[in-house]
Amino acid sequence: MKANAVNLIEQEWILPGNRTCPGCALSLAYRHILKALEGQCIVTVPASCATVLHGMYPITAVNVPCVNTPFASTGASATGLVAGLKALGKKGITVLAFAGDGGTHDIGIQSLSGAAERQMDFIYICYDNEGYMNTGNQRSGSTPLGAVSGTTPVLGKQQYQKDMTAIMEAHGIPYVATCSASYPLDLYEKVKKARTIEGTRFLHVHTPCPPGWLFPFSDTIKIGEMAVETGLVVLYEIEDGIFRLTSHSESMARRGGNLQPVREYFISQGRFKTITEEQIDELQDWVNARWKQCLHRATNL
Amino acid sequence: MAIQRKANIHILDGNQAAAIAAMMSRVQVIAAYPITPQTPLTEQLSQYVEEGELQAEYVAVESEHSAMAVCTSASLVGARTFTATSSHGLAYMHEMLHWAAGARLPIVLACVNRAIGAPWNVLNDQQDSISQRDTGWIQIYCRNNQEILDTIIQAYRIAEQVFVPVMVCYDGYILSHTEMPVDVPTQEEVDKYLPHYKPHTVLDPAKPKNYNLVTLANPRVGVDGKLCHGYMELRYLLQEALQNSKEVIVKAGKEFNQVFGRDYANVFWEDRNEDAEITIVAMGSLAMEAIVAADMLREQGIKVGVLGLRVFRPFPKSEVVQALRKSKLIVVFDKNISYGSEGATCSEIKSALYGTYINAAVRNFIVGLGGRDVKARELVEATKKAIASLKETVVNPDYPEWICEI
Ligand SMILES: Cc1ncc(C[n+]2csc(CCOP(=O)(O)OP(=O)(O)O)c2C)c(N)n1
Ligand code: SF4
Ligand SMILES: [Mg+2]
Repeated sequence: MKANAVNLIEQEWILPGNRTCPGCALSLAYRHILKALEGQCIVTVPASCATVLHGMYPITAVNVPCVNTPFASTGASATGLVAGLKALGKKGITVLAFAGDGGTHDIGIQSLSGAAERQMDFIYICYDNEGYMNTGNQRSGSTPLGAVSGTTPVLGKQQYQKDMTAIMEAHGIPYVATCSASYPLDLYEKVKKARTIEGTRFLHVHTPCPPGWLFPFSDTIKIGEMAVETGLVVLYEIEDGIFRLTSHSESMARRGGNLQPVREYFISQGRFKTITEEQIDELQDWVNARWKQCLHRATNL
Repeated sequence: MAIQRKANIHILDGNQAAAIAAMMSRVQVIAAYPITPQTPLTEQLSQYVEEGELQAEYVAVESEHSAMAVCTSASLVGARTFTATSSHGLAYMHEMLHWAAGARLPIVLACVNRAIGAPWNVLNDQQDSISQRDTGWIQIYCRNNQEILDTIIQAYRIAEQVFVPVMVCYDGYILSHTEMPVDVPTQEEVDKYLPHYKPHTVLDPAKPKNYNLVTLANPRVGVDGKLCHGYMELRYLLQEALQNSKEVIVKAGKEFNQVFGRDYANVFWEDRNEDAEITIVAMGSLAMEAIVAADMLREQGIKVGVLGLRVFRPFPKSEVVQALRKSKLIVVFDKNISYGSEGATCSEIKSALYGTYINAAVRNFIVGLGGRDVKARELVEATKKAIASLKETVVNPDYPEWICEI
């Protein structure tokens, strides 16, 4: 049975009153991830906004066992949890690595890549708020072209985002998927599916961040939806090499494959205040080309 | 109380002795990354695991930082963990070394001591482990391959009582690649000595706990109204654990003797120090060379004894003071240097003596960096030079002398 707002498991593993900002999509995504795992997991979290969410000793906002680990070490920490559980013969516990884009695309890429190459048996979820938000919003490998940040303060970022999902796919792991906090049921389904698969599973979740991206707290869902409708974020999954569009991206493809113009997305957020017309055009071309590739690759249309 | 047991002598190099010790300690998760001169140890362990001789998970990680991250997390689900490294590998682990000690995880690490670049050098000195002395790990140095085997087994017994990780250090090549007779115990003996690992915390969905959370400087009240430690209290407890570990180390050494018939009820070794006027202090295999130097000096009528430091962290201050109480001159040889200051063991000795009634002169020589051969003859000459310097002044010089060509 597909998940819907009515049949979604009622139990909560993130408790009310965590320390994330109002309108934080990371918090929303995490809530659905833990629901999909029904709390039967051990989580490892590197330095990030997720650390803040987890609380301050001796009070935590999560009801799952968790180890906080240094910034670069997430993939290795997950490896250690898996190896330890295996050595002790403990079965039925999913190891979840939950890291930001900085902890995944940048400083943690080595330990993640090493673990994926070894086909370690864990789910790695990168929530992507497109910058180092915990340290006050500096550029990361996932900050989009044209976005201003603490370290791209005047010109905005001059480079494209790193395609981490493609990098993870290239590791030959059994499951990779993209998700968005604005489509929590799709995220929930994907985590549930990932839970049943053995090996390294990688999920990338787009998580809009009001204070970092400079949009009103009330617009989080809208901004995430807009990213999907413009094709800046495409929702898909690749299971054993088979590519499927999912959720809203799938419906868009079925309804003729039209995308909203990316301009709308850029004017909705203060972080793109210095983006140039040329950059917008460039990005529109890039989005169109990638969308075409996705339509071509999708096996479920 | 020495026990009667049949020796089972094998000719082993230091890395082989370490691998056997880890196996017999029934480690459950091993994560390591190759680096000279530790490499044969990692290879040996992976062979034990692949051949099924050792029931453990061997994780061939992609870096030393990851090796220690695997150990910390595996330790937190309740597994006994082991890793080994040298030099750049240990430096690369630095962040995780702090993390392991801060999280109070009883990990054992074999550090095969090697110089650090730049420039590249694969040979022995002790700059690598000394550079990690402030990470909160217990550090024990070995003089020979028997000590390597014995110390690794003891390390688990110590670490799992005080919940502080232990670094067992031994000199690269001089021990790691040099074969010596080693008495290998039986598995039954090791099992008798080393109980199963009982973790202080186990991550388990049935009893969720959140470990290593952001912790404020001051104590904070939990949801149950109980006041919990702040960061500073947790740091104090780590220091306290190291302070108290001295007793545990000595006790573990005594108990070792009861099972294996070799006594380790000490934090350092002494050789003819009872009647010595001059004490040579050294750490690791260098202490063996110092014994040869003492022989030569004694032949010349100079009353020399040797103090071979075994435990560097916690530093055994009062024991050192007691051992040096009759010395008029203390000559410290260091295979490391705190640049801009002096050798690390020399600083420790001086600090231990401060405020006591002992007013011995202390002379420090830096030797053997990057594998520079240290000959007993050179130690003799240096000691004589130190004696001669007393005629000029008893005041300790600001900086050490170096035994090299400059
Ligand atoms: C080795 C190291 N370098 C730098 C930091 C400081 N730091 C903590 S969190 C963070 C950024 C995290 O970014 P990301 O992974 O994207 O997570 P987010 O905060 O955006 O949720 C940085 C730079 C650190 N903790 N460790
Ligand atoms: S800075 Fe952004 S990602 Fe971090 S807690 Fe706030 S809203 Fe969430
Ligand atoms: Mg981020």
